[in-house]
Amino acid sequence: MDLHFTNAAATPEEKAAIDAVVERNGGEAPRRSLLLAVLHAIQNRAGWISPGALNYACGLLGVPPAEGFGVADFYALFSTREQAPAVAHICDDVACRARGAEKLCVEMEKEHGPAGTNCDGKMWRRSPCLGMCERAPAAFVTVAGPQATEQALGAAHAADIEAALQGKRFPAGGAGASAPQWGQKAEQGRLKLLRRVGQTNPDSIEAFRDAGGFAALERALALGPAAVLAEVIESKLAGRGGAAFPTGLKWKSAREGAAPRYLVCNADESEPGTFKDRVLMEGDPFALVEAMIIAGFAAGCERGYIYLRGEYPEARRQLERAIRECSKHGFLGGNILGKSLRFEIEVCIGAGAYICGEETALLNSIEGRRGEPRNKPPFPTQAGLFGRPTVINNVETLLNIPHIVLEGGKAFAGTGTERSTGTKLFCLSGHVARPGVYEAPFGITLRELLEMAGGIGGTGKLQAVLVGGAAGAFLAPGELDTPLTFEGLRGAGAALGSAVVIPLDDSVDLRDVLLGIGGFFRDESCGQCVPCRVGTVRQEEILRRLAAGKPMGSVASELAVLKEVGQVMRDASICGLGQTASSAVESALSKFAIFKGRT
Amino acid sequence: MSVQKAPDLKNPLPRGPLPVFPPERMAKTIEITLDGRKVTVAEGTTLLEAARSAGIDTPTLCFLETLTPVNVCRICVVEVEGSRALVPACSRKAEAGMAVRTDSERVRLSRRLVLELLASSVDVSTAPQIQEYMRRYGAKPERFGAAGHAETVAQPVKIDNELYVRDYAKCILCYKCVEACGVDAQNTFAIAVAGRGFGARISTEYNVPLPDSACVYCGNCIGVCPTGALMFRSEHGMRKAGDWDETRQTRTDTICPYCGVGCTLTVHTQDEKIVKVTSPLEQPITRGNLCIKGRFGWEWINQK
Repeated sequence: MDLHFTNAAATPEEKAAIDAVVERNGGEAPRRSLLLAVLHAIQNRAGWISPGALNYACGLLGVPPAEGFGVADFYALFSTREQAPAVAHICDDVACRARGAEKLCVEMEKEHGPAGTNCDGKMWRRSPCLGMCERAPAAFVTVAGPQATEQALGAAHAADIEAALQGKRFPAGGAGASAPQWGQKAEQGRLKLLRRVGQTNPDSIEAFRDAGGFAALERALALGPAAVLAEVIESKLAGRGGAAFPTGLKWKSAREGAAPRYLVCNADESEPGTFKDRVLMEGDPFALVEAMIIAGFAAGCERGYIYLRGEYPEARRQLERAIRECSKHGFLGGNILGKSLRFEIEVCIGAGAYICGEETALLNSIEGRRGEPRNKPPFPTQAGLFGRPTVINNVETLLNIPHIVLEGGKAFAGTGTERSTGTKLFCLSGHVARPGVYEAPFGITLRELLEMAGGIGGTGKLQAVLVGGAAGAFLAPGELDTPLTFEGLRGAGAALGSAVVIPLDDSVDLRDVLLGIGGFFRDESCGQCVPCRVGTVRQEEILRRLAAGKPMGSVASELAVLKEVGQVMRDASICGLGQTASSAVESALSKFAIFKGRT
Repeated sequence: MSVQKAPDLKNPLPRGPLPVFPPERMAKTIEITLDGRKVTVAEGTTLLEAARSAGIDTPTLCFLETLTPVNVCRICVVEVEGSRALVPACSRKAEAGMAVRTDSERVRLSRRLVLELLASSVDVSTAPQIQEYMRRYGAKPERFGAAGHAETVAQPVKIDNELYVRDYAKCILCYKCVEACGVDAQNTFAIAVAGRGFGARISTEYNVPLPDSACVYCGNCIGVCPTGALMFRSEHGMRKAGDWDETRQTRTDTICPYCGVGCTLTVHTQDEKIVKVTSPLEQPITRGNLCIKGRFGWEWINQK
């Protein structure tokens, strides 16, 4: 390709940072797939993506600079304009808002001026959910330079954020705060997915083995791929990322395609209020590696990718260490456990884009492109990563696999309900006494789950429960006996999604919550299709007018237009983001008298 | 007699005799139901092609026969029985037994809303096709509020070269220009989509002026633009002066005099002056594409 570049040149520091990434990754994947890693390196070194650095990177990777710019400009964690090298991202999403995020933003503004302005090399900005909801309010602090740091803080205080902006490193938060359930003795023996979290040292492969790790891998290798696949199909395991697609069928479909095939673990956990995958990856990283080896074996994939959201630096450290250790001990590479099995795992880091949790946008992102969803069909199992058959599974979905292999698909299906099998991780945050990740068999009711977490916090008077996140729906206090299953929530006009449960007390202004959700979808729409790109903007505008009590025409006419916008987003958008961008708003309007009488 | 070497995989130029194409197979046909009518189409036909061959006019904006479908405008959506969401007719292939409705209430609502969302945010004054669709579907973009209430993509026109202007206040982000500049035609890659969400836009790297970019001024992006966002500088100037009058224009097909390729030119003249040059999409060799000479190399004729 004959590329044309402007005269802008990279600094020696930028060049060194780019070269280091390119040299480290001498694999056979197309070079363009290094683009996000290279942009991270530039951003971390220089604090922004300068024209010179982009030219140099594009030249090495064979990417036209206009396209490279389009990619850099897409992701929120990359800046194509010079900015302060130290940035504090303050989460102001639903869960953090319920626990003092606004107060924190006021303090940040007092200290550093308005959001987005460079104040002596430091700045702050508002951020969508950072996946630290159990330790709200959360902050993510990045400091660029030769010793770049990335840290997630929670519960964040202004003084700690200030110290982090100055480069101070804090120890990672404890698992006890994230999975409070393991401390309850009665639950201890019943936990499956959480059993090692907070109990077993996540740094140590020996500790993992002592706690039962790799037993499932050995059994899977003894069973053979066809038998493992049969067990997974029999388990009726459904995807835990939100869409609830049967995992076994996905594997089977990919296996029917021609090699090379890929396994992708979707760890881009970004649905507001979701943090279960982070807790698993930080607390039991070897389990994900083991599960991926088994999945790759059964689905016929020789290479695995973990697409991890960029705001999870601790999960990244844990996973990269676990992958290194596993390679050292013969669990990854060319000859796993002495069998002629080959499997490798690469970690790809996202850069601030909710849409990349959508599976086909995620594939484009790994390939070094803008995170724009692809049209389906073809489905990823037919033509996925680099056009090859690809299995994409969520972290929690994969962590069920070792249990299915060990106990058998039939026994696994014995837990839960007929159509929702196994146990489920629920993300409780907001006004609940003990926020955290809770594991319970499918079928537990919302009321039982809230009791398990110590009941309603805040004022103690429940107003509404947001289930499923921004793409989910609100349940009213009268609906607490809804069983938390795929089918039970569908019956209540909601969806389990990524199992977000955010109770809100009666001090919360639901208009604020809806405005937040409207703004979230507007900011996170990729912009590709018209219904979502413009529809999310119009939805937010109408909500703003209604919340301000200044409707155009009447409240009724505004609500009628809002309903039509919601329907066209649901009917005609390319992907799940646009298709669910109106669901929480519509459920709130149907259940609560939010804008009634405000003409 | 020459000895044929083993194929060089790194450099796969044809080294031996030209390949012989296998005899054309009759395409397998399948049957689908379109608006209640049974229709037989060749396997691999898109729903858009099927609808068109059945005489059903389906609106399109981001679709063009010469470009890879990107299915982003969503105006061609149709209802397929058993599918939760509507599907884009331009890229969805017909499957045996599919029951498709192209004019249901849901379809009409989506098409109307797509037009209202676009026309409330973009200047469609030089997009006659969109205006025609708006009449057809009864679109009322003012429902979202007059200027000042509803956010738009309004911005100053970019005039940074002698040959064409870029007025992105008129851009509906159909991706056609990016495709024409890229692998679908020109392979120049001077422009791409940048930004995200409502801020997504067509841009050179860091928004540098075209003369600093990779642009080679083939003008193939102008040829595919459906809204007049990309426009000959001559046409832009005449429109601004109020001199542009298509009723006074004639179109004459001729052959480009510059090289041996022999591209077909359609010369648009007004008052015996050339005002712009296009090329017919149906031309099987060039498919509407030209180079800088064919598209812009005529201005000296007017300077007699």
